Amino acid sequence: MINQDLNTKAKITWCPGCPNFQILVAFREAITELTSQNKIKIENIVATAGIGCHGKIVEYLNMNTFTSLHGRSIPTMTGIKTANPNLTVIGFSGDGDAYAEGMEHLIHAARRNSDIKLFVHNNQVFALTTGQATPTSPKGFKGKSTPFGSIDEPFDPILLMLSLNASFIARTFALDIPKTKEIMKRATEHKGFAFVDIIQPCITFFDTREYFKERIFWIDDSPANDPEIAMQKIKNNQNKIPCGIFYEISKPTFEAQQ
Amino acid sequence: MIEHNHNSIFTIVIGGAAGDGIREAGNNLGQILAKIGYEVFISFKYPSLIRGGHNYARISFSNEKVFYDNSHIDALIALTDETVLRHLPKLSKNAVIFTENYEKEKIERQNVTLVNLPFSDFIKNTKAPVIARSSAALGAMCYLLDLPLNEMLNILHKVFQEKSLESNITLAKLGYEHLEKINFRHWKEIKRDKINTKELVDGNTALARGLIAAGLKFYIAYPMTPSTSILHFLAKKQKDFNIKVIQPENEIAVINMALGIAYTGERVAIGTATGGFALMQEAFSLAGISEIPIVIAVSQRQGPATGVPTHSSQTDLRFVLHAGHGEFPRIVMAPGDPEEAFQCGAYALNLAWQYQLPVVVLLDKHVSENLTTGILNADSIKIERGKPLEKIDNHYSRYLFTEGGVSPIVFPGTPNASVKSNSYEHDEDGIATEDLDIIKKMQNKRFKKGESILKEIEKYETVKVYGDQKSKNAIIFWGSTKTVVLEANKYLNKKAKLIQVLWMEPFDVKRISAAFNGVKNIISIESNHNAQFTGLLREKTGIEANEKILAYDSRPFEPIELAEELNKLLK
Repeated sequence: MINQDLNTKAKITWCPGCPNFQILVAFREAITELTSQNKIKIENIVATAGIGCHGKIVEYLNMNTFTSLHGRSIPTMTGIKTANPNLTVIGFSGDGDAYAEGMEHLIHAARRNSDIKLFVHNNQVFALTTGQATPTSPKGFKGKSTPFGSIDEPFDPILLMLSLNASFIARTFALDIPKTKEIMKRATEHKGFAFVDIIQPCITFFDTREYFKERIFWIDDSPANDPEIAMQKIKNNQNKIPCGIFYEISKPTFEAQQ
Repeated sequence: MIEHNHNSIFTIVIGGAAGDGIREAGNNLGQILAKIGYEVFISFKYPSLIRGGHNYARISFSNEKVFYDNSHIDALIALTDETVLRHLPKLSKNAVIFTENYEKEKIERQNVTLVNLPFSDFIKNTKAPVIARSSAALGAMCYLLDLPLNEMLNILHKVFQEKSLESNITLAKLGYEHLEKINFRHWKEIKRDKINTKELVDGNTALARGLIAAGLKFYIAYPMTPSTSILHFLAKKQKDFNIKVIQPENEIAVINMALGIAYTGERVAIGTATGGFALMQEAFSLAGISEIPIVIAVSQRQGPATGVPTHSSQTDLRFVLHAGHGEFPRIVMAPGDPEEAFQCGAYALNLAWQYQLPVVVLLDKHVSENLTTGILNADSIKIERGKPLEKIDNHYSRYLFTEGGVSPIVFPGTPNASVKSNSYEHDEDGIATEDLDIIKKMQNKRFKKGESILKEIEKYETVKVYGDQKSKNAIIFWGSTKTVVLEANKYLNKKAKLIQVLWMEPFDVKRISAAFNGVKNIISIESNHNAQFTGLLREKTGIEANEKILAYDSRPFEPIELAEELNKLLK
């Protein structure tokens, strides 16, 4: 069930069939559950966004929202949480937003364990600018700026987060609404920096729906609290792609130490 | 050449290598002089390195207001031989040099007394840290000033930092007694004729205290000369002031973090040099469109790019006035000394919240780092918060159209309010829009605030006029150039009206134009190549300076040299 008050007057402008719709549904469900269980008050949530297709999501959410610049929402989230620790700060970002333009902020927020939740809509392509390679596009990706194939190696955001000892590391698949909702709830309730990479195929510029449907599997429900064990969970299992919460630890947050 | 007037102003230079504690020694000597009751002005010259090089502090003091330090040196405290060589040509008649093991024969100057202060022996005997050796010279200076020993000790207890109090005082006493022992002369020429209760303070500290007086809660910055000492001062004092100080990963994070803080309703300021401000451009524009109150202290140094990092300039006026893409209202003030920096800091924070927009306090290295005696009156500052709403019953529109353009503000955490801040053009609810009518209305709404501010500025001293109000000569200047011009004014042989513009945006056309009434000869003075302010004045008022004195070699103007140049141009 979704609280209908979460809707806004804004017309949704994602491509029909875009998995961003599923992310929006999962998030509205997660917020509906958390607020109806009195775990959190709606007025105490701030949702932020960067720029990209992901960023439109806050236009469709009737709550406190802050649309930042491309790549720059993470320091803003830390600012909000530092200034008012009663707020729960949830940020939507994209692979262009968080992994290209704003990579430095992602690294530092994870390293300082800022008590913010980051949901990265990772579609492995710049979609709003009509199809260029991002840092998670596979090598050889043919986009409008790389007509002969990209020559850059992609990087793995999950491994990056583990190297920084981020206190909550998860991956989910946009097409699986119940699982995504569950991970969003767990991330929101985590005390510290929560990182969720959301595989979100772009049906217009890089349609990976079938590729991921065939390869995704869900790991067990017990996140590791040891990096070595987390590593085993993250490791690519014969071209299969693990999803779930890989790692969760408890450590002092940036804001609590301020 | 203008003769330096010994009866009115004295100058001491303390020089040595980086790492010799020159800044602390200069600061301490200045504090001593201020506590004795003199008016003081100190400038620091240092290269961009940590150890070695040549650093010096130049301290001028007098019974009357010293607007800027003078280049004629009456006493030189030299911790290195290079200090002696460099400053020899600028020594006045009967000047004293305090140094160690310097061969008298090397000094090819008449009428200069060299006093050997055995720093090494002092350090050896007291086991004090070597960096404290300049304190012996401070003691010697106190002797020279004819300060009774117990009075000196009294003052030193107030001036020296607690952790090194004992060794510094012992060394000062040794320096004092050394001169007593050789029965050295006192300076009889300079007397104290009034009690000065002003404090000695630099522009960055004054600005920070202005922000505190106006209710600052957060200061966010990434270190960059010449703005860094704001960060150092506030970081050190954060518990006393009950504020939080954060140094994030870079300037882009600084401003974006600050925007998040202000969005929650907390008063925040950030500080940087102009290079760092260049990195903040996109978010500066975001503050404009999303109407987030923020104060940015921007201190200029010699550019372009990394430029000459520890030297001053006034080359970024145009950059700051036009900063950020797109069009949006802003306020830019350019204080000329610590008292003005204090006031501008406080006004900036108030105005940012009253009008929900970015406010820049434009400093330069001289305003930021030079110290002078002044009065920072926190009691004169009232905190203006704008008009935040207490509660929302039904629906909240963050960008509601209002008569003056300022929308009522509430903060996240308020029941029934969705506070939507947006970097996209947006409607009154903060929802992104491409509706042509709303785009125009929203742009008009933001610029209505600009019109409201134009009325507001009548309450502020946007322009100051000094000197002879009736003169046909006008000298026009802004920022730290104020201090040099007012000092140079003491040496002008014709009268002039001195006009300082403090507010760059909005530009107070009415009052600035009025200041030029009856003026025939306009001389503009700036530290840049393109005469940026001179052009602005012409653009806004049609008033054109017929003479320009421009310095862009990163060296500061010297008051007496400037006076000589001005004397050729005054009619």
